[in-house]
Amino acid sequence: MATLMAVAADAVIYASWLFIIAAGLTLVYGVMRILNMAHGSLYALGAYTAASLVGAWLRGGHAPLGSYAMLLLAALLVGIVAGPLIERGLLRFTYGKDEILLVLVTYALFLILEDAVKLVWGVESYFVTEPYGLLGNVELGPLSYPVYSGVLIGAAVVVGFALRFGLYQTKFGKLLTAVIYDRELAGTLGIDVRRMYLITFALGTTLAALAGALTAPTVSVVPGIGVEIIVLAFAVVVIGGLGSLPGAALGALIVGLVRSAAVHFLPQVELFSIYVVMALVLAFRPRGLFVFAEARKI
Amino acid sequence: MKLGSRSCPPPSPLGFAALFISTVVVAQAPPATPPPFKVGVVTFLSGAAAGPFGVPARNSAEVLVESLNAGKVPAPYAKAGLGGRPIQIVLIDEAGGTTKQVSEYRDLVTRQNVDAVIGYISSGDCLAIAPVVEELKKLTILFDCGTPRIFEDASPKYLFRTAAHAAMDNVAAALYVTEVKPNVKKIAGINQNYAWGQDSWNDFESAIKALRPNIQVTTSQMPKLLAGQYGAEVSALMAGSPDIIHSSFWGGDLDAFVLQAVPRGALKKSTALFTAGETATHKLAGQIPDGTIIGARGPHGVYAPDNELNRWFRPTYQDRYGLPPNYPAYHMAQALLGLKSAYEKAQGGGPSPSQEQILAAFEGISFETPSGPIRLAIGKGHQAIEPTVYAQTKTVGGKLTFVNRKEYPAEKVNPPEGAKSVDWIKSSLQAAK
Repeated sequence: MATLMAVAADAVIYASWLFIIAAGLTLVYGVMRILNMAHGSLYALGAYTAASLVGAWLRGGHAPLGSYAMLLLAALLVGIVAGPLIERGLLRFTYGKDEILLVLVTYALFLILEDAVKLVWGVESYFVTEPYGLLGNVELGPLSYPVYSGVLIGAAVVVGFALRFGLYQTKFGKLLTAVIYDRELAGTLGIDVRRMYLITFALGTTLAALAGALTAPTVSVVPGIGVEIIVLAFAVVVIGGLGSLPGAALGALIVGLVRSAAVHFLPQVELFSIYVVMALVLAFRPRGLFVFAEARKI
Repeated sequence: MKLGSRSCPPPSPLGFAALFISTVVVAQAPPATPPPFKVGVVTFLSGAAAGPFGVPARNSAEVLVESLNAGKVPAPYAKAGLGGRPIQIVLIDEAGGTTKQVSEYRDLVTRQNVDAVIGYISSGDCLAIAPVVEELKKLTILFDCGTPRIFEDASPKYLFRTAAHAAMDNVAAALYVTEVKPNVKKIAGINQNYAWGQDSWNDFESAIKALRPNIQVTTSQMPKLLAGQYGAEVSALMAGSPDIIHSSFWGGDLDAFVLQAVPRGALKKSTALFTAGETATHKLAGQIPDGTIIGARGPHGVYAPDNELNRWFRPTYQDRYGLPPNYPAYHMAQALLGLKSAYEKAQGGGPSPSQEQILAAFEGISFETPSGPIRLAIGKGHQAIEPTVYAQTKTVGGKLTFVNRKEYPAEKVNPPEGAKSVDWIKSSLQAAK
């Protein structure tokens, strides 16, 4: 029983972390049809910015609790600065082009950002461990979990509901849905598609950076931390269905559960367990669990 | 006028004088500086392994080559360069995977025409490079990677390793555990899922089972290299309540594991044993719980002996880079000093030796290093053995110190010539029990 509780707890924590990363990726694809290979670099950018801000905050002798605000500020900063910069400076020149070309463009961006990070922060590792242990632990059976893991779960729930509310309950969401369904038609109806793309990409960037910022206290922030992330995020969104938010949530939960169960019961298969699930889903539902057949446009 | 029909005018007396003077001047000029000995140095300059491994190794190469060229290294290395020949470094980033490294190696040898290559931290890269070294026939020294397979599964001619392989780390770790924790009953492992992690765990498990046949393994976790998130693994480790958690983690993975396991109390309930932990002790000093067992893959870093070379190397490095040298820095020093020793032995006071002569001199060589004497005693004279040290951490007045230090002689923790590590571990440790 204790083991099953541990499997469930570990799965939910891991799934929450994955969902925050994958939500931004799937949002950008859903609206803009861009499979953003640079998403992992934006995650890394969030982690480095968080490390710098939290470090500066604590060195300044401010209250340690304020370091959580610094994590959020880091995500917002990256989203507001890097998002529009990339969208206006690069991506807007590629709209309407083949999706494969966009993959190549964002891959090039990924390489540039990886080097830019090294240029700014060097290759040394950064530690900002304070937020991780600050809130203490909770006991779950024989195991102990940091309250910070609860913060991560809370953040994922807030992100999920905020996106759902924003997409389905607001005027902006309705306009965005129109753009998702038919960009040209939405444009002829007077919707400013360019603005929609700009906001969407900034939002996607903020989510990637938020995931990086929330991860920074649990790892040493080193060059290359975004590389593995993009592979995992792809697995999640492919399982759930590219462009689907509920799909990303379900995909993250499935990956979290499968990985956690593998670690506890069969650690030797952990490495490929996620990809077995991905292959099975693709074999039976090639477009993912949450993407349904749609009428062909003439 | 036909081409070639014009005859050369007879030289004037002035011309003769000029010719004579120039000949004399050339004959009496000091001999030209010999061409540099080009060494390709391959180490991680980017990626997760750069900070704790690659950059310290590069720093070590830079400071040593500059000092060697200036003749500032203490005896027996006081002669400048390699027997008077300056050393020139060509730096290559080890990041990017094995395919890229094979291409880089080919480029170093065939286009950049290096005289030797020193490199490779990743065991995966070492295994990929080994057959290419024999194909291209270029003297190559592996300075840090640990997988024992290189010289146990083949007999390369052009390849040498100037540091001991991972069997030493894990045999010594098993001996240390049974000595300082004689009542150990349950062990667990968390190692990266590639050559280094798998070999390390297999060697440790075999060694400790040979010493304590009834020991129970609660779990062996093998997460992907650079996984970064170890929440479920920490839970699985804690669930089994092992006495010892063995890990050969390094770099960012080691940091992340410590940062995630310590707040959950996992490394207090169980004693962590980090075979390559020395690299994390500089920046994570405040995080590592008391009693953690730390290895440095030999007598390096804080475990290095108080000899003349170390008294020179450690402060010289620290003055320049602000941090003391860690074990990859010592491993790089071993490779460069091994090359210098072999070169000068082959040279024997004469002209520049050929590669064949250096290879012959390198086989089975013994030489002094800041970590003490090194001997290429196994792998038909191509693989080094060295003593090693383990100790436990104890924070005193906010400073990380090491207690219960135990040193193991090279012959006790390295397999003898011709033996495979796995077979030797089982037979020798059972006999020594």
